[in-house]
Amino acid sequence: MIPLSWYLILAAALFCIGMYGVLGRRNAIAILMGIELMLNAVNINLVAFWRYLSPQVIGGQVFTIIVFAVAASEAAVGLALIISIYRQRSTVIAEEVDLMKW
Amino acid sequence: MTPVQGLFLVTALAAVLSAIMVVTSPRLVHAALWLIVTLAAVAVLFILLDAAFLAMVQIVVYIGAIAILIIFTVMLTRRVMADTGPQMNRLWWLAAFIGLVLFGALVALLAQMPSWWTATPPAATESFELIVQDLGLSLVDLDRYIIPFEVASVLLLAALIGSIVLARPPADDLETGEGE
Amino acid sequence: MISDPFTWFGDLLREFLVGLGLTTAQATGLMQFLGAGALATAVLVLTFLLIWVERKVLARIQDRLGPNRVGPFGLLQTIADALKLLSKEIIIPSGADKVVYFLAPPLAVMSVVGLWAVIPLAPNLVGTDINVAAIYLISITAIGTLAIMLAGWSSNNKYALLGAFRTVAMLISYEVPMVLALLVPTMLAGSMGTVAIVEAQREMWFVVLAPLAALVFFISSMAEAGKAPFDLLEAESEIVAGYNIEYSSMAFGMFFVGEFLHGFTLAALTVTLFLGGWLGPFVDQYTWLGLIYFFGKTAIVYFAVIWIRGTLPRLRIDQVNAFNWKFLVPLALVVVMVTAVADKLAADLGWNRTLTMILANAVMFAGIVVSVQLYARRERRRIEAAVPASAGTARLESAS
Repeated sequence: MIPLSWYLILAAALFCIGMYGVLGRRNAIAILMGIELMLNAVNINLVAFWRYLSPQVIGGQVFTIIVFAVAASEAAVGLALIISIYRQRSTVIAEEVDLMKW
Repeated sequence: MTPVQGLFLVTALAAVLSAIMVVTSPRLVHAALWLIVTLAAVAVLFILLDAAFLAMVQIVVYIGAIAILIIFTVMLTRRVMADTGPQMNRLWWLAAFIGLVLFGALVALLAQMPSWWTATPPAATESFELIVQDLGLSLVDLDRYIIPFEVASVLLLAALIGSIVLARPPADDLETGEGE
Repeated sequence: MISDPFTWFGDLLREFLVGLGLTTAQATGLMQFLGAGALATAVLVLTFLLIWVERKVLARIQDRLGPNRVGPFGLLQTIADALKLLSKEIIIPSGADKVVYFLAPPLAVMSVVGLWAVIPLAPNLVGTDINVAAIYLISITAIGTLAIMLAGWSSNNKYALLGAFRTVAMLISYEVPMVLALLVPTMLAGSMGTVAIVEAQREMWFVVLAPLAALVFFISSMAEAGKAPFDLLEAESEIVAGYNIEYSSMAFGMFFVGEFLHGFTLAALTVTLFLGGWLGPFVDQYTWLGLIYFFGKTAIVYFAVIWIRGTLPRLRIDQVNAFNWKFLVPLALVVVMVTAVADKLAADLGWNRTLTMILANAVMFAGIVVSVQLYARRERRRIEAAVPASAGTARLESAS
């Protein structure tokens, strides 16, 4: 059988790799990909806890579905923002978008 | 090592390796493809955790929509077909350090909870067959999770309208002559 | 054996494997692998026949003969074409991303063959009976969309990329009414598993209970499969074959096979979800009859698919998008809501379910006809209001 700790360590690893992507990458889209990794790590944690500690309470899966919805909407709006910034400033490098107004 | 443990180790290895490739790939489209591999590995993990419905939703929503959106955006925001310039910040070493420290802290925290290190899952009862029905009912039950459900749907509506408004071309570029 | 050959054969194989020294669990696992391989192979071999059928029927609709030289009635034409494709060189465009370029065609075929894993062919003959089969269908279709994106991008050709963009935009748009229409048999059967959906149609097929949902599902899955009138994506006269411009030989052959198979698969899905799958007279006593009923019904629906392909003209991409977002999606939403309300009313008030659903669908159909008429009238008035002034002066000029 798979101990719960294996899932939690895997989720922690994915979360930290995603955080490295968010903090270290220059391209805004790559930062968004790091955010998606972090959200997936959280989902693994939620579902693992649901299965191992309280499988009769369906709230674990409900929480995960809400996280899906939030991740989808945040990715959509984030990407729309990136496209809009690209139209204005011709760049998607996060460091170069550093002035509020030209 | 049972077959299930072997499957878990293979999937976990695939997830971690492809996640590392996501954050270190110099070409963005390759990073997006590695992200798809990671998302698929997470879907397999959901199946291992008896959450088949969530695995399917993961594939439909993440791989079938979000990953494709990311690939679209990558292609719409490049001036040439190749990526140039450094991919990481000046302070990438600090980010790596923070990541490692956080990972160590999380694992140390886990080590202090001995009941979680060896927890084996409760046996799959026959009520697991009805998880999907229970999930659906719980989302509309007035005593359970209807409020998060409604709030999530309003959030999705706001995101839908917001991203359409944000990503539209500027108004003077539209050439429709109708004033409706 | 004569009444249920599938169970008889399965038990025979399992006893044989256990006799060879495997445990029952290992024997079952091995049988599952073999079954999956056999199903995938059978489906791909079936594609040879399907390509011939489509070409012949399409030819007759277009008042010509179709392939009739190679083999009796042209049956070996597909094999000849496959041999020709195999003998050509796979030309990789320079600057193409090799890994992704070769990853896309197998993914595209995988996404179609994978659909057959949850289609019940006969009472005890199904690939796997998962209880989330309806969503599984959508997720496998989403992987097919991804494969097309990869194909278009990896060709290092901006026309292939444009074609892939338009294809993927159309495919993800038409997933929405497909999912909504898929909700209706799920609601009526009380479960998402395809086996449960077929079993729930024992008293009345879902096409009688929800004809509009069947229509919406049929149209949107034809768009997902890229069949006419939605085939602007890979038609040769359009953006020069779209995303598979740079694919030659067997790589193109795989896309080709995947597409033809998708047409038949969508017919099989429509039959499973709405037309009762393998249900028919005497199917419980003789389960092999289920196979005959299933393939018979699928052949009829497939003929309808080819018929539509040969009859209707192609739509432009803006017409395709307008049709989806302005007609199919609102229709699908209304169908889902009305079906849910009608089903609940019939259950709570004890009315006859079939009559209630037929009445609800008739009301919705009347509503559609009325709203389309109103919309057409408004469009006509708008066009007439914009035109007559200039037309009148032109006539005056030419008269004098």
